[in-house]
Amino acid sequence: MPALRFDDVTKSFPHHAGRMLLRDRIREWMRGAPRQRFEALKDVSFELAPGESLGVIGANGAGKSTLLNLATGLARPDSGRIEVNGRVGALLELGAGFHPDLTGAENLRLNAALNGLSRRETAARFEEIVEFSGVREFLDEPLRTYSAGMGMRLAFSVLVHTDPDILLIDEVIGVGDQEFSLKCLEKIRQFQREGKTILLATHGLELITSLCQRAIWLDRGRVVQAGPAHSVAAAYQAGHATAMSTAF
Amino acid sequence: MRKWRGDPLFLIQNLVLKDFRIRYRNMSLGILWSLLNPLVMMAVLTFIFGRVFGNPKSATFPLFVLCGLVPFNFFSGALQSGTTSVIEGAGLIKRVSVPSTVVPIASVLSNCVHLLIQLALVLALTLLYHLPPAPSWLWLPVLWSLFIVFVCGLALGASAINVFIRDTRYVVESFNLVLFWLVPIFYSFTIIPPKYVVLYRFNPVAALVLAMRDILIDRHPPAGSIVVNMAIAAAVSAILGGAIFARLKPRFYDYI
Repeated sequence: MPALRFDDVTKSFPHHAGRMLLRDRIREWMRGAPRQRFEALKDVSFELAPGESLGVIGANGAGKSTLLNLATGLARPDSGRIEVNGRVGALLELGAGFHPDLTGAENLRLNAALNGLSRRETAARFEEIVEFSGVREFLDEPLRTYSAGMGMRLAFSVLVHTDPDILLIDEVIGVGDQEFSLKCLEKIRQFQREGKTILLATHGLELITSLCQRAIWLDRGRVVQAGPAHSVAAAYQAGHATAMSTAF
Repeated sequence: MRKWRGDPLFLIQNLVLKDFRIRYRNMSLGILWSLLNPLVMMAVLTFIFGRVFGNPKSATFPLFVLCGLVPFNFFSGALQSGTTSVIEGAGLIKRVSVPSTVVPIASVLSNCVHLLIQLALVLALTLLYHLPPAPSWLWLPVLWSLFIVFVCGLALGASAINVFIRDTRYVVESFNLVLFWLVPIFYSFTIIPPKYVVLYRFNPVAALVLAMRDILIDRHPPAGSIVVNMAIAAAVSAILGGAIFARLKPRFYDYI
């Protein structure tokens, strides 16, 4: 049984340009013409066995985030099937679910609840989460006084203490300082040793080649190449080089 | 959508606490603001309708007005914040895998913090008028629970529709404005001409106002028809609102 499987998944978004008022609805209904749609992912298929780590490479707007959001269950595909087996933990955006006016400790509890921890689990893991985040002295300060790196530490710390079987991470790892990045990497490696599944989307090719066995390269919503991480990364870099040389 | 394995009660509690903290941390007077609004309104309405127009029931008129204001305030505030809650919770709904149903419910329940403060004010004023606690007070938690369920249902429906038709919040705003006059806040139910009674009969906000006055001022249990009216309103609103929300929520992601 795969931990995560995409089967010919297509996802499009309506072009609505903020037109969500009643008159737009009526106009649409009178014309009977559906809105134009933008295809963010087109026929994407891949499979991730339990314990495997997959990197997703691609330029901005290639569909990486859409892919992760679909895997998290936030959005639904237009067609195709997504199979997920296990508890998903996702870190999709720095500060998602955090509020600047709440203190670090309050944000910690809120995010633990959002990520599915019960009251008892939150109380039991509170110390561990604080310890790992390294922001103990600022726990009673509002989050808006935190640096981006400190916020990231707290978010990552809550996430890794929610026992996910499948960890989905989008882009955010690079935010912390050197020391914390190493701590994150160490934690991810520990997850890998524990047999957890990881899906990592990033521009950082180094991160992908050092952490993932396999990778897929997305370009404008399609899988251009899939295979061993180092060869996909190399092809992506080469592809970029040609694109750059033709552009100039 | 995939099942979210978590503790919904713990989550709602945290969301309510969040709203409460954000709202009050930025106010120097804190919860006094919750008391100030109904007190000022009570004073103004008492002056206008008790003194200027002259009202026969003026002995307990301030309490009479407050029994109307508190349900109306809760209804309009909770429905307003509930309606916009899904749009305003975009950061949550689009980025964290939580059941979106908790968002409007938590928004309505956040208003219950105000409500408790205002209800305490009503009870304090009741005692001040030498109307001691009576067994019929036990009806208050029952009726208010039904009313909160009723508002949650409305908020679920309105918040889901508001995602696709953003004018919904303005419709709700105007509706609340009209409702202020169509709920017997500063006048008595008995002065309404019989041919207009139907306007009030199926209005759960008016029903709660009448029940509050029955219980606190006239010191007897609410009429059976009021309880039935409110129970039916709560059930219909919860079922209908829940169904609308469930139907629309798979498409929220694409539209918020």
